Amino acid sequence: MEQRTTIDKSFKSEPYQINMGPQHPATHGVLNLLLTIDGEIIQKVEPDLGYIHRSIEKMCERDSYQQIVHLTDRMDYLSSNINNEAVCLVVENALELEVPERVKVIRTIIGELTRISSHCLWWGIMGMDVGALTTFFYGFRDRELINDIFEETCGARLTMNYNVPGGLMLDIHPNFIKRVKKFIAHFKTKIPEYDKLLTENIIFQKRTKGIGILTKEDAISFGASGPVARASGYSCDVRKYHPYSALDKVTFNEALRTEGDTFARYKVRIQELWESLSIVEQLIDNIPEGEHRVKTNAVIKLPKGEYYQKVETARGELGVYVISTGTKSPYRLKFRSPGFSNLSLLSHIAKGGKIGDLVAIMATIDLVIPDIDR
Amino acid sequence: MTNEALQGIISSWFPNPDADKVSEITENSDVEDGSEEQPEAQKSINPSLLEFIEEGSQFLNVLVQPEQFYALMSQLKTNEETCFDYLFCLSGVDWGEDLGVVYHLESTIHRHIIVVKVKTEDRENPNLDSVCDIWYTAEFHEREVFDFFGIKFNNHPNLKRLFLTEDWVGFPLRKDYVDEINMVIK
Repeated sequence: MEQRTTIDKSFKSEPYQINMGPQHPATHGVLNLLLTIDGEIIQKVEPDLGYIHRSIEKMCERDSYQQIVHLTDRMDYLSSNINNEAVCLVVENALELEVPERVKVIRTIIGELTRISSHCLWWGIMGMDVGALTTFFYGFRDRELINDIFEETCGARLTMNYNVPGGLMLDIHPNFIKRVKKFIAHFKTKIPEYDKLLTENIIFQKRTKGIGILTKEDAISFGASGPVARASGYSCDVRKYHPYSALDKVTFNEALRTEGDTFARYKVRIQELWESLSIVEQLIDNIPEGEHRVKTNAVIKLPKGEYYQKVETARGELGVYVISTGTKSPYRLKFRSPGFSNLSLLSHIAKGGKIGDLVAIMATIDLVIPDIDR
Repeated sequence: MTNEALQGIISSWFPNPDADKVSEITENSDVEDGSEEQPEAQKSINPSLLEFIEEGSQFLNVLVQPEQFYALMSQLKTNEETCFDYLFCLSGVDWGEDLGVVYHLESTIHRHIIVVKVKTEDRENPNLDSVCDIWYTAEFHEREVFDFFGIKFNNHPNLKRLFLTEDWVGFPLRKDYVDEINMVIK
């Protein structure tokens, strides 16, 4: 150690700032993080947002409610169907419109398939971010099957626009039930493969265990939701506490862990794959017969008042807050997006870690930038 | 907890609005050096400091005056009976004449929800208290509100624009914002 003193004299250590993003592959979109680092130790992470802000909330103030549904696809594009559902639910609740059971069940099935598809993509990218490129192809292989089902029924693979206020745009394709069942059987054999390939990988475990620990108190205070919060032992599943559509008819366990580290967030999402699969399995044989849509007025006017609807997207709690003055457009519409709140805790849990850890943490927070930059 | 019970508890924190008001005015007049524009007479017009509204919303709404706002919020969080520890939505609203902020709070223990509203009439220099130190999530959300509505939050650690650039003129989500090039008016 004494030999190093000469080096210490000539070089002094001081914190400096570097930019991570907006074109960094690990930020999964146009997110710029301004890192204050001392050597490789992170002292502060400051997100610089707004690269793809489209001001959806302002656009909503001049659009009709049917048009707003289309804008929500472009927020969290990996949970597009659940976003659509949130706006439809808020309109239906405000109009006190009872949608048929068939609609509720189909919405829940497609919502859970969306969650599986989103988690598949996340799993692939999670592996890629920590240096295991193979997972990307495995994740995308299985996700393709879900997207094919969506394409057949909804006509689109990603931004589906399948929900409309009052029900669904079209009835399901005749092949839908058959293909979903085929997918369930296929995917049940694949999740154990995921575990073998990545979860049990010792290098992966060393990269993730004990990294980026978030305590339960902080998770609540930062407004965390979804798998990020549940990995810290904070039970917050909207599907359990404020069930919507057909979620009150199914039984499932809320994926909960208490460690709060990166590995726990990973494990929660893997368990959610099983739970979502089980929800789809419970409903797919019991889709009630009936209409796929209730007729609404061509121009929807919500009664004067305030409405709030929360749903559980693949990333956490999405809230839609509508203030209506009785006209065809909302007076004010606010989207409480899960990604925005989850991003705010990034600096807190990345502090004291290395840049490599930050990449692993960001992968498990599962940021979708258009969701943050609404 | 039911809305009635919540209303009862919250009202009990401010037992005698008249007594509170008198003490508050005398306090303020001690501190104020005349720079505050708001005349004292206007304060005494307000019949009560808290206004409970249940109509037109699925939750219990509380409208609070800016002076009492921070005290109410910290009480809502720390009181064991209410324990609103989860601030799940913080929205800026332009009500035409007033600017304000709406806070949606939930208790993760009791699972009840309340909506707190605070308004200010000052559109030139709107100023409200920050709740960053009560709920960490408010830091980003308040920056968003500052960015789009221009509401300044006292005691905010890092109040600057979040989405827009520093040199952006105006606050886009206000109702009187004009942008002839980029905004399509139907």
